[in-house]
Amino acid sequence: MLTKVLRNVRALPFALLIILATVLPVLAGPFEDAIGKFTTDDFSDTEEAINAIATSGNPLAFTVISALQDGRLMFDADAKKVYVTQPDGKSIDAETGAPVASVPDSASAVRLNNRLRRSVEAAMSGLTLSSPDAGKRIEAAQSIFKTHDEAMLLAIEGALAKETNKDAKQAFTAARGAILLFKDDATEAQKLDAIAAIRDRGDQEALAMLSDVPADQPPAVTHAVASAIAAIQSRLAIWSAVQNAWYGLSLGSVLLLAAIGLAITFGVMGVINMAHGEMVMIGAYVTFVVQQVIRNSFPGLFDYALVIAVPSAFIVAGAIGILIERTIIRFLYGRPLETLLATWGLSLVLQQAVRSLFGPTNQEVANPSWMSGAFQLGQITITYNRLWILCFTLAVFVILLAMLRYTALGLEMRAVTQNRRMAASMGIATSRVDALTFGLGSGIAGIAGVALSQIDNVSPNLGQSYIIDSFMVVVFGGVGNLWGTLVGAFTLGIANKFLEPVAGAVLGKIAILVLIILFIQKRPRGLFALKGRAVEA
Amino acid sequence: MPHVLTRSLDRSATVFLMAVVACGVLIPLSNLLLPAGSLFQVPTYLVSLFGKYVCYAILALAIDLIWGYCGILSLGHGAFFALGGYAMGMYLMRQIGSRGVYGNPLLPDFMVFLNYPKLPWYWHGFDMFWFACLMVLVVPGLLAFCFGWLAFRSRVTGVYLSIITQAMTYALLLAFFRNDFGFGGNNGLTDFKDILGFNVQADGTRAALFALSCLGLIVGFLICRAVVTSKLGKVLIAVRDAESRTRFLGYRVESYKLFVFTLSACMAGVAGALYVPQVGIINPSEFAPGNSIEAVIWVAVGGRGTLIGAALGAVVVNYAKTYFTSGALAPYWLFMLGAMFILVTLLLPKGIIGTFNSWWEPWKARRLAANAASAAREDGVSEPNMAE
Repeated sequence: MLTKVLRNVRALPFALLIILATVLPVLAGPFEDAIGKFTTDDFSDTEEAINAIATSGNPLAFTVISALQDGRLMFDADAKKVYVTQPDGKSIDAETGAPVASVPDSASAVRLNNRLRRSVEAAMSGLTLSSPDAGKRIEAAQSIFKTHDEAMLLAIEGALAKETNKDAKQAFTAARGAILLFKDDATEAQKLDAIAAIRDRGDQEALAMLSDVPADQPPAVTHAVASAIAAIQSRLAIWSAVQNAWYGLSLGSVLLLAAIGLAITFGVMGVINMAHGEMVMIGAYVTFVVQQVIRNSFPGLFDYALVIAVPSAFIVAGAIGILIERTIIRFLYGRPLETLLATWGLSLVLQQAVRSLFGPTNQEVANPSWMSGAFQLGQITITYNRLWILCFTLAVFVILLAMLRYTALGLEMRAVTQNRRMAASMGIATSRVDALTFGLGSGIAGIAGVALSQIDNVSPNLGQSYIIDSFMVVVFGGVGNLWGTLVGAFTLGIANKFLEPVAGAVLGKIAILVLIILFIQKRPRGLFALKGRAVEA
Repeated sequence: MPHVLTRSLDRSATVFLMAVVACGVLIPLSNLLLPAGSLFQVPTYLVSLFGKYVCYAILALAIDLIWGYCGILSLGHGAFFALGGYAMGMYLMRQIGSRGVYGNPLLPDFMVFLNYPKLPWYWHGFDMFWFACLMVLVVPGLLAFCFGWLAFRSRVTGVYLSIITQAMTYALLLAFFRNDFGFGGNNGLTDFKDILGFNVQADGTRAALFALSCLGLIVGFLICRAVVTSKLGKVLIAVRDAESRTRFLGYRVESYKLFVFTLSACMAGVAGALYVPQVGIINPSEFAPGNSIEAVIWVAVGGRGTLIGAALGAVVVNYAKTYFTSGALAPYWLFMLGAMFILVTLLLPKGIIGTFNSWWEPWKARRLAANAASAAREDGVSEPNMAE
């Protein structure tokens, strides 16, 4: 208690000075005097110097204090000179800012003890509170919020009065609230205001702060704290649900992208293509190759490498798909189980071929600048690459849907899906449709590979890790209907991410697999099953 | 019983059984009796290797029984194999006793390492050999029964069944990888010391295990033959060829499938149990979906629906695997395996034995016909005599 009072008393002039500094024009005298005090190598002198510099408003103040914090502030007791060694190795005179050739050997760093370190930190946040950069100001307010040092109250109130930026204002209000809440002589009304401000902040730190409030408070305050805690908790619960939903959407989009080609080939041809994952892998390697070529030949176009990779991957994977259909799968129609084995063998061959060509290690595929980074939405962070992949997946889905609906090939594919023999009787060249369908499905797998190369390791095993999940999506969603695949993918993605925090990643996945196995019992043909006589064939 | 035996043993089956018996007797004897370095002495490592092949052959028989005769393509039979193996592995772990690294008389090493306070309930009883043997049959059988009961009742067939069996073994793979699942996690069960008091490393034990594996193959083969040559087997083939029609004829298709699926899972479990003491380790990678699919290709190579072919395919493919992966051709093994999958399904859909039969049968039939014709001619010659 006593120390707290003492600290308040000590802090008062300091805080007043900050106010003065923000109001008064720059004064030349105190700064130079204060710098001189560093040369005495005495802790109380140093403290006075820190306080004086913090309030001086001198443009060198920040440099000096941060140098002090990092042990880069050197003093020469004999020459009564103080120098700052900059992080780049050059030195300046602390008083004038003029560069000096070298710091004399007799100079040594200004020493700090724990008490002084606190003063330095407070001075640093005080200095950054008036930084012209709004982001820096918010950061300073955050650190004051965490320490809720009463010494900073006046400083923050002064800053708050001047502040025009909305976000910074909110951060300052919350920081001020944090200080008031823990201030012993604050009035009840002030504390209630403070609680409201912290409650508005509404994140994990605010919750921790409210939980730390001492119990010996007036009943109105205790009550307000309890209700604020409840409000923040329910808000956090909603945010964590939103976050899980976002992760789920993101996973779902990846699953959808990987499974959509499989759904098409399975739907139209009744063929389970075990080499589908390898088509995804080939797409990822095409991306790698395109990026390498562009990096070496047209570095200026690097950001557009992905845009070029998408059609390339579609063409390469699609061509390989048509080749596979013409050379292997077409001989195995009507024998779906044999097709499954042959395509599994094919997947081994393709994996090994890529391993021989590119080596077994992961290849590095870079994110273009427009896909790196993240932004904050409320309490959750959304990375740009995940967002792009979601948009890309939906675009692919819509294009595919439109293709099935409005093109001649789409019409023929739907006809073959529904009743192959009738379609053939109507003059549709079913074998041509099969080849094109297989090419299309493989091409889309290739496109999926482009997207997955941005979030996953590009290695020969890339496809293997998605194949079982893709099967689950197709089996769950039902065949012959792209909407089933969409619903299946997003349901599985979101269910997975909601189970993960409860059961852990692996158990969550096992639970999903078991649920699908049970679901298949109930609806053996998936969520959106084709109905009619053709199904049994 | 003699009736069943005579019915189920045609000439090729007898030849096959004789060959297995000969191997099961001669290989252990040559290993134990002949001096080391002698031309005809089979080294111990080869005995174990052959023992591994024989276990794979039993697994292949189990797959052939359901795929070749009932049309159920299970891509998760490796799971039953591994479960049988884990049951045996648990017995072998309990036999280590206080000889483990940590010297705990009750808890296996990995449990001490992972700070298990006491033995999990499902590890009780595995110190008794008979109980472990029972579990080798019961655990895979029960899983197959529950799984099959759910799947066949709701008429999950074809590729859908294949996919969910694959999901089943994948789920088990993930589960057994977990340390808190109680089966040693990633490392699995290993460092076995002895089985029924005999040192698992000793030549005599290895030879005996090999002979036992051959016995297992013989018994499994006889059971499979008995099933497929019975009336039950005829219904199974009917299910394979026209499931709906068989159902409309009044057969309870799902009961037949369930029976044969469970039987096959038990056989796979026995194969796994024989496999583990010879290999000396069981870990979750046995559950990998790739292993189960590879087992299916053994059957396809040998010839599905022939039983002998399945066993032969398992031995041939695995011998090829050992041969190629240990030589300079190792990087190309996956190419060969993949090509095998493709070529066998495209060019040799009946497998080695099936193709051989399709050449052999017409020749045999022609010979029989020729014999009959010559006999008839003789009859024709003698006919006038009769008339006279």
